[in-house]
Amino acid sequence: MPGRLRIALQAAAVLVVALLLALLGWKVFNPDEAPDAGRPAPDFTLPHLNSGEQVSLASFRGKAVVLNFWASWCGPCKDEAPLLESAWNRYKDQGVVVLGVDAQDFDVDAQRFVDRAGITYPVVRDKHGSTLGHYGVTGFPETWFIDAQGRIVGEHVAGPLTEEDLERNIKIALGQPA
Amino acid sequence: MTRKLLGVLVLALAVVAPAAASEQNPTLPELERELICPTCHETLAASTSPIAERMRAFIRARIAAGDTKSEIKDQLVEQFGESVLAAPPKSGFNLLAWVLPLAGIVLAAGVVGFLAYRWSRSRKAEESGPSANGRFSLDPELERRVDEELARYDA
Repeated sequence: MPGRLRIALQAAAVLVVALLLALLGWKVFNPDEAPDAGRPAPDFTLPHLNSGEQVSLASFRGKAVVLNFWASWCGPCKDEAPLLESAWNRYKDQGVVVLGVDAQDFDVDAQRFVDRAGITYPVVRDKHGSTLGHYGVTGFPETWFIDAQGRIVGEHVAGPLTEEDLERNIKIALGQPA
Repeated sequence: MTRKLLGVLVLALAVVAPAAASEQNPTLPELERELICPTCHETLAASTSPIAERMRAFIRARIAAGDTKSEIKDQLVEQFGESVLAAPPKSGFNLLAWVLPLAGIVLAAGVVGFLAYRWSRSRKAEESGPSANGRFSLDPELERRVDEELARYDA
């Protein structure tokens, strides 16, 4: 084999191995896992379930956010929806936003869920589940609390919320003594 | 020749006709094998998750409404994204997933063929290399110079 061809093939092989190693390293250092408390909440922009209008998490900067991931086929999501709606009505005038993210669902089912549960807080639709990896969501429901500076605070509640979970973490997000 | 052409046509029909029938009249089991449950990442056929059950109900309803296989898949991709397909679509960037393995096989076959050709040529050269007296023949230029030197020596 001519020397130049051999060198070119060796260089190509080294390049392929280097690219695979780089990909492995990137995945190791950027895993799909839950962000730690105190870290900035991963931003996203998704369409509103009813209006289709784009809603970004960053647009709620300056307010405490209760970020709730759900799907219409999830039983515990039905149980906690009234709690979230009640918290929204209680705290919306105190600088708190409840933001629902519906994923892995049919549009029509999500809409029916919202109508039946009487949800009035904003709900966005993550059709392709793009936010799930950024928040390390592994099931529904899961809830995060974000302070007015856009940082993750309080507890990450993986599973159905209780009234106490909500009250305690909303106070933390508002910077009030829990 | 005509018989061969006829054979090719029959073979083509045997491949295309069932595919066209499946496209126009899809069945639930075949769609279950070609779609992935978004929560458990298994095929619908293997999944018993709530969303898989809901997707099955959707597919049944769409088959009853007369939708083609492509139409049903398109509607599910619209709801869940392309990750719902068990195999990537043969278009756009996803085409690479189909083309690259084939290109890799062709390239590997080419490299193996090239190496085999070189190896067999060097073997032939080795076998035909030694002259009748068992020694290797010299480079023509070197042979000419040796002859010149010998001629000068004899002179």
